[in-house]
Amino acid sequence: MPFIPHTKEDIAEMLDSIGAESIETLFDEIPTDLKSGQLTEVPPGLSEMEITRLMMERANQDGLYQNFIGAGAYEHHIPAAVWQITTRGEFYSSYTPYQAEASQGTLQLLYEYQTMMASLTGMDVSNASMYDGATALAEAALMAVRSHRTSRRILIPQTVHPVYRKVVRAIVSNQKIDIIELPFCTKSGQVLPDTLEEFGKEDFAALVIPQPNFFGVLEQVDALTDWAHSKNALAIGVVNPTALALLTPPGEWGNKGADIAVGEGQPLGIPLSSGGPYFGFMACKNSLIRQIPGRIIGRTNDLDGKTGYVLTLQAREQHIRRSKATSNICTNQGLMVTAATIYMSLLGPEGLRRVAEHSHANTMELVQKLEKVSGVDRVFSGPIFHEAALKLSKPVGAILDKLKNKKILAGLNLQEFYPDLENTLLVCATETKTAADIQAFAEQFEQAFD
Amino acid sequence: MLIFEHARPGRRNYSQAPTTTASVDGIPDHLLRKKQPLLPEVSEMDTVRHYTRLSQKNFSIDTEFYPLGSCTMKYNPRACNSLAMLPQNLARHPLAPEDTGQGFLACMYDLQEILKNITGMAGVSLTPMAGAQGELIGVMMIRAYHESRGDFARTEIIVPDAAHGTNPATAVMCGFKVVEIATDKEGNVDLDALKAAVGPQTAGLMLTNPSTLGVFEENVTEMSRVVHQAGGLLYYDGANLNAVLGKVKPGDMGFDVIHINLHKTFSTPHGGGGPGSAPVGVAKRLLPFLPVPFVTQEDGKYRWVNEKERPQSIGRLSAHMGNAGVLLRAYIYVRLLGKDGMHRIAEFATLNANYLMAELKKAGFEIAYPTRRASHEFIVTLKDIKDKTGITAMNLAKRLLDKGFHAPTTYFPMLVPECLLIEPAETESKQTLDAFVTAMKEILTEIKEQPDMVKNAPHTMPLRKLDDVKAARELDLCWKPDA
Repeated sequence: MPFIPHTKEDIAEMLDSIGAESIETLFDEIPTDLKSGQLTEVPPGLSEMEITRLMMERANQDGLYQNFIGAGAYEHHIPAAVWQITTRGEFYSSYTPYQAEASQGTLQLLYEYQTMMASLTGMDVSNASMYDGATALAEAALMAVRSHRTSRRILIPQTVHPVYRKVVRAIVSNQKIDIIELPFCTKSGQVLPDTLEEFGKEDFAALVIPQPNFFGVLEQVDALTDWAHSKNALAIGVVNPTALALLTPPGEWGNKGADIAVGEGQPLGIPLSSGGPYFGFMACKNSLIRQIPGRIIGRTNDLDGKTGYVLTLQAREQHIRRSKATSNICTNQGLMVTAATIYMSLLGPEGLRRVAEHSHANTMELVQKLEKVSGVDRVFSGPIFHEAALKLSKPVGAILDKLKNKKILAGLNLQEFYPDLENTLLVCATETKTAADIQAFAEQFEQAFD
Repeated sequence: MLIFEHARPGRRNYSQAPTTTASVDGIPDHLLRKKQPLLPEVSEMDTVRHYTRLSQKNFSIDTEFYPLGSCTMKYNPRACNSLAMLPQNLARHPLAPEDTGQGFLACMYDLQEILKNITGMAGVSLTPMAGAQGELIGVMMIRAYHESRGDFARTEIIVPDAAHGTNPATAVMCGFKVVEIATDKEGNVDLDALKAAVGPQTAGLMLTNPSTLGVFEENVTEMSRVVHQAGGLLYYDGANLNAVLGKVKPGDMGFDVIHINLHKTFSTPHGGGGPGSAPVGVAKRLLPFLPVPFVTQEDGKYRWVNEKERPQSIGRLSAHMGNAGVLLRAYIYVRLLGKDGMHRIAEFATLNANYLMAELKKAGFEIAYPTRRASHEFIVTLKDIKDKTGITAMNLAKRLLDKGFHAPTTYFPMLVPECLLIEPAETESKQTLDAFVTAMKEILTEIKEQPDMVKNAPHTMPLRKLDDVKAARELDLCWKPDA
């Protein structure tokens, strides 16, 4: 029996101890008329060799592509040690550290993670992670509403990841919270602070500020943060963690810094894997710590005064507060955070900065090469980080198809998310792309364009 | 020692990051970071050694028996991990075209079909990223269903007092008022209280079955009738599906919406607290509201169904399609076990729980619901011991750590005083269960003969009992170099 160690003798002895005739007897409290028959749609079991064959076949069917799509999920080199350590059974097969004395490994690692993320975002504190970047933003919006007390409006620019905006709407929609979408300047690709006055006439709880935004364009974060604060609202930064090795962290935006920073943690050592599991990060100012959702680890002492780590501020959480909890969230993304913490340790501040620099430089090089093709132009004039929108004079779908046949995924058709942006391609070349890769892309692109 | 304390300025790894710096042309100077972040400057060996050593301070299924009730800590087959981590699976971008991911989509489609069959539901969406999110999505669908019929009067969700804390927290997040229903002496939901609670204001009932008390809700058919008759819907919290898998289907019990914790029943790793994954299933009348995306198949080609085709969908709850890597692990697990293996999950989880309950009862422990069959888990209460000796459930839990066993869940469900919720799971052998019983007996003797040994446990862990009160009062959530 796969993964069941019982011998015939074991079963007999166990039933004898229970005083039951058969295993089936143990289900005698289930009303007979409810009992189901066979599971007709579940195929017979496979051996490990057979399932390996099946999964290899399916993986080979999908194959491997040169990927130039970013749009919120980024391909970066992941050092070998990251997942070798992360998949050690002691990390992989442990649970939420409810018994602190038997979980110091996970707890200390999470404390180190919190330290790294707080510093990377320039914030005072970080929680131990959220499901993903989109839900982290939704939870930040809820947190802002809780802390503001009078307003239930959240301003979100249309330059924020389009799916994040959908997720925020879905999650907060039943709590009578208004999501107001802010337009962007179609020239610069940014939200212009001096166009916001009309949205600030009525009170709002928070302004969301993406950096970089979905188009790769860098927003005027200082002015936006100060504007939100001038209206007594919170500033929520949505940031790329790789970019933070290079860019001013949210905690230093404007005069007082943003209040909450969230984002998708995937670039920190998590493979693309069709979209998950990733992890969301969330950091905030000290003043908001009791409003933060999710697990938080604190440092303390044991009976002998030795340093140790525990889950803390649990009075905010659903297993204690039930209907009065800050969120219904229970799971964090422990294993993903384990990988991210090891990734950040291996790269260090200099390594992560170089990853950011090379991702940016490669994208700039790719953009310059593609711009040389007649009929290809940068869409937005604002400065960018490691991703750019290009307007094509020809149908983008046909070009994407042609490059796909050459095993190149050339980018994202932005019209899928922005109906007004016709024939616009969003491209990204991270540090994983060599000069030869970029040259090959440019050549194939030019041919496809003819 | 923290990783930061191993660091020295200027130390770094040369093989893992680009070997050169690169230009940041085009980024205005005022947007550039001035002070480098506090990431450790350590060697690869320091990092590997540090985190390997940290891992060794964890209890885990791979190293210890971990009978954490309600969490289903069973063995995570290694093949599920290695095959989910094939290079093609890892490299696939979530926005890559569907025709470049037919193999992956086939796995997702197959998993949807299998979960439909196992649960008896009409449709399944794989997007929820954890149990609590599955609940949120389920309750959102209940709301959307009522509102689609122009019924806005249904403002209450009924939750038994034994439910997971996520149930009431979720209902509130969906804008509902929570009505708690008591449990009767036998561990069933109080049927009269339920009858009194339902009405035109009832949106639905959230039920875990078997309940968190480790017993099958015997009146489930009648409960279903009562709630449906009042116009409410039934939500099945699939946390304990492993106890009845292949025995009874939630769809046949009358449930309209369900979530399934793949990290429990389908043995995906718990990873120190996540990632989870909790597909939702719905009865026919709720199909239009399923969250997107989910996979469909036409002429042998797989593709995602999105909101354009499903205008009534409650929408998207993750940036992509949920926790694909966890779903792959669950799919591989189902294929390894197959049809017969699915039935055996419930059979052997139940056999192990009932055996352990019988043995602990014989050893002198008080069982909270002694007249009932255990489902896959059961409750021992130490109320009597605490009244007589002052030894608490937490003391016993800590002493178990000394004996090489992870503790059961303590103080949940809250309605049983000084409780230990014990779930052995089907992958443990009789020998392991016997060793656990021996340890529990030893502790019982120690309570009589050397109570301080139990009171001051643990003794053999890297640390003694930790001060939770200090942690909450003097918040220290981040290391500071100068502190």
